[in-house]
Amino acid sequence: MAQDTGGDLHLRDVTKSFGTFTAVDDLTLTIPQGSFFALLGPSGCGKTTTLRMIAGLEEPTVGSITLGERDITHAKPYKRPVNTVFQNYALFPHLDIYENVAFGLRRRGAKDVDKQVMEALALVELPHLARRKPGQLSGGQQQRIALARAVVNRPQVLLLDEPLGALDLKLRRQMQIELKRIQTEVGLTFVHVTHDQEEAMTMADTVAVMNHGRIEQMGAPSELYEAPSTTFVANFLGQSNLVTGRRIAADADAVTVLCHGQNLQVPVSRCGTEDVDVLLGVRPEKIHLGGEAQEVAAGLNRFAGGIVSDASFMGVSTQYLVRLPWGQDLTVFAQNRGIGEQYPVGSRVTLSWEPAHTFALAGDATAGVESDLAVPVG
Amino acid sequence: MAIASVTHTGPAAPPPVPAGRSRSLTPYLLLLPGIAWLTIFFVVPIVTLFGTSLQVPAEGGETGVFVQAFRFANYVDAVTEYWAQFSRSFVYAGIATVLALAIGYPLAYMIAFKAGRLRNLLLVLVVAPFFASFILRTIAWRQILADEGFVVSSLKWLHVIPQTATVTASAVAVVAGITYNFLPFMTLPLYASLERIDPRLLEAGSDLYGNGFTVFRKVTFPLSLPGVVAGTLLTFIPAAGDYVNAALLGRQPGTAMIGNVVESRFFRIVDYPTAASLSFVLMAAILLLVFLYIRKAGTEELV
Repeated sequence: MAQDTGGDLHLRDVTKSFGTFTAVDDLTLTIPQGSFFALLGPSGCGKTTTLRMIAGLEEPTVGSITLGERDITHAKPYKRPVNTVFQNYALFPHLDIYENVAFGLRRRGAKDVDKQVMEALALVELPHLARRKPGQLSGGQQQRIALARAVVNRPQVLLLDEPLGALDLKLRRQMQIELKRIQTEVGLTFVHVTHDQEEAMTMADTVAVMNHGRIEQMGAPSELYEAPSTTFVANFLGQSNLVTGRRIAADADAVTVLCHGQNLQVPVSRCGTEDVDVLLGVRPEKIHLGGEAQEVAAGLNRFAGGIVSDASFMGVSTQYLVRLPWGQDLTVFAQNRGIGEQYPVGSRVTLSWEPAHTFALAGDATAGVESDLAVPVG
Repeated sequence: MAIASVTHTGPAAPPPVPAGRSRSLTPYLLLLPGIAWLTIFFVVPIVTLFGTSLQVPAEGGETGVFVQAFRFANYVDAVTEYWAQFSRSFVYAGIATVLALAIGYPLAYMIAFKAGRLRNLLLVLVVAPFFASFILRTIAWRQILADEGFVVSSLKWLHVIPQTATVTASAVAVVAGITYNFLPFMTLPLYASLERIDPRLLEAGSDLYGNGFTVFRKVTFPLSLPGVVAGTLLTFIPAAGDYVNAALLGRQPGTAMIGNVVESRFFRIVDYPTAASLSFVLMAAILLLVFLYIRKAGTEELV
């Protein structure tokens, strides 16, 4: 389905500065043809600027962008086989839905405009709205039309700029599945910009986490989640418990880290730093909560002497906050399968988890946590 | 839940009447000052003017004394006698409107999209002429367009206009004056509607394979139509009734517009019925033209 003239999208050493502010900092990136690629990051991390450079709406200060063999770094937006689904859809208010979708086809002098427009409207399941004006549509419908208007041109690369940001949660979930279906159906390269980690993980084959104009880590969603390589990724993608410790020993398989008097094991492959001071991480759902008296199997990492300081029942799971002897709160998600014990606030508990679920990182424990998201949009 | 769904399947209950709200007098009380104003200063004078337009001179009376005769033929007489001035008014106003659009549109476009930090300064400059008296500014154009003045002699020297051409007291001068005087009324509504256009729509147009001109033709211009309609109306309507430009920049009777006729009938010849019927015909003609124009431009598009 993908055209043979197509190819991978390459960004090489791309930098974009606005005055003294560097929005995108020496970015090199390859997006394979036909993939669903997500650029994930907080506001102001440079993801939208990157997208706009691919669209041709901004010119890189330094670097080059090529699509297959073709250098499109300085090509005008209307001369690129690239289309965008804009953040607030940017549907033309004076044209009806049909003419909105036909806009790109007409500009290129396509022959069977009618057939293609109706096909695109069928793809988003809204052919009956062809003669309405955008103002008469709901947010979700406008979103689909914006998608149809871009997809109908069969671009080599389709750019999506926070396309679901204005929708409510339920509709967003539904559109995530739709988008993925459409991408599979038409086989275009999708580059999706979002600050919603769940959205990125649900849809994308490859996620690039951006921060301060650089890519922190790139890979399959499960890879990023299970083995974050920076504390920013560990905190931005899901939640992480990060505990400071000192590396005291290492053998071929595992590194031993001393955390607040407790020796913990990290597989060598999951230890992202050579430093002596490390941050030891574990995801909240990987931790097992046991009563104080309960025996912990040998070989597990553990923290004893925790006190439940908060327990929030969330239906599927219960989220515990466990205060450890040195005053730090760790988060634990316990599935409500009806077989484990519930621990009321004040219970004394022991936390335990597989060493294979542990990771070790260098750096700032608070990078990428919620308060970090309040950076103004650049 | 079950109960709720049962009640929903039943026949829909009539919507409750908003008690007391529709009967409240508040909206009418709030309208009162406006209605009073319009009644005293618009309806009453219009009716009086209409009455005057049907009067005839009192037999044996002095100049300026008229009696009511319901003589509708006053209208026929006025139009047959002054149809040249009527058509001249509409032609001049039409040309001035087109010129003001041609000058005002690029100006408004520049201010809205390209001016950056200069935007507010430029807007002030558009309005700045209002700070000087209308009459003074119009008289100034007499100097500017004088045959022996810099502009005309330069144009002659450049052979843009023939050596024998005269601009002083010509139709050109009148149209130039009208265009100049009403330019802000064209530019400001244009600016207002251009400024409101979401720049992302222009980006979307360019993303969808439209080059600069196509995006202007297919996106920017259609979206600025409310401003074009407002601007042309605000220019055309007062321009058609204008008499100052023709009086100060033209020559009588060669470039007289209907406003000049009304003025002279009222104040010099003291022929109130003719002046009143001319005023009414002008009003009716403008209303008709505006109605046709708005029908054509499509009010639905103007939201």
